[in-house]
Amino acid sequence: MSSALLYAIAGVLLFAAGAAGVVMLDHLLRRVLAFNIMGSGACLVLVGLAQRSGIPDPVPQAMVLTGIVVAVAATGLALALIRRLHAQTGRVDGKGEEGRDKGETVAGLTLPVPQAVAGQGRDD
Amino acid sequence: MKRLAVLTAAAAFAALLIGALLDLPAATLDLRPLLAEAMPVSGVAHPVTAVLLNTRGYDTLLEIAVLLVALLGVVVASARADVTGDPGRTLAPPVATSADPMVSALARLVTPLAVIFAIYVLWAGAHRPGGAFQAAAILAAALVLLHFARIVPACAAPSRGLRIAAVAGFAIFLAIAALPLAGGALLQYPPAAAGLLILAIESGLTVSLALVLAGLFLLLADDPGGRR
Repeated sequence: MSSALLYAIAGVLLFAAGAAGVVMLDHLLRRVLAFNIMGSGACLVLVGLAQRSGIPDPVPQAMVLTGIVVAVAATGLALALIRRLHAQTGRVDGKGEEGRDKGETVAGLTLPVPQAVAGQGRDD
Repeated sequence: MKRLAVLTAAAAFAALLIGALLDLPAATLDLRPLLAEAMPVSGVAHPVTAVLLNTRGYDTLLEIAVLLVALLGVVVASARADVTGDPGRTLAPPVATSADPMVSALARLVTPLAVIFAIYVLWAGAHRPGGAFQAAAILAAALVLLHFARIVPACAAPSRGLRIAAVAGFAIFLAIAALPLAGGALLQYPPAAAGLLILAIESGLTVSLALVLAGLFLLLADDPGGRR
């Protein structure tokens, strides 16, 4: 087994861990992090597989470079959307209203619920 | 229960994929000889830069567009409900606490060096690892550091100048990409001028990408009331 293949296998493990995180975690911030781990795993598979014959292939490397930049942009957008969701509803988990009624929270990361819901201007 | 099911599925997926990786046949399509053939006319000496800006320039062009769309999304999502109109102003909320003197000193020391390093990385992209994206990341990091030092304020909406500068890189790239349309295809640079054109594209991209990347951070840093 070459070291390049080892990178690809590490990438698969990262991708699987990230995918499990996206499904399992409720907190949106954690979900975004898990999604990023998935992306890193995919990049690692691409770069690792591309050089398993020993000589690196510049085409997948350039694709991964492109992918990293897009992932950063997507993460920024996701964070902005999460912040907007929190500002408007006070929620930072991916559950619907019915899930919220059960009172499940993710320890440590749940932000305080603001007094107001939608349709109210800022008062500070 | 759900946790167990998800973990089992993920482990099974990983095992299956690793098994597939281990007996993957050799690639049927090898792009390396093709690229090596094209290198002399690509205008640069580093293969990754040649792929990014010449042979697969289309991907990079669209990637910049994706970045701009993401920035637009962040601007829209960060827009405040109580602010109507006047999108051109940058909002610098009065900061009561001053920055840590260590951070200020570090930012003032590091920023000029970061600018020089970014220019070097941009220039080096033609013949060794480097290029517009790396240079832009360094510049963006310097901008974020300046923000931590309270020198660059967070902004609620980018001003007109900033918006133009953020789009300029894409516009330059698009113009140069469209230039050969008269006699050939999109992005088909004349080999004699390819090196110069790529440098022009990369210079524009460095500034714009740095602003976009830093903008993603600074727009998010302007917190209208996320934490109350």
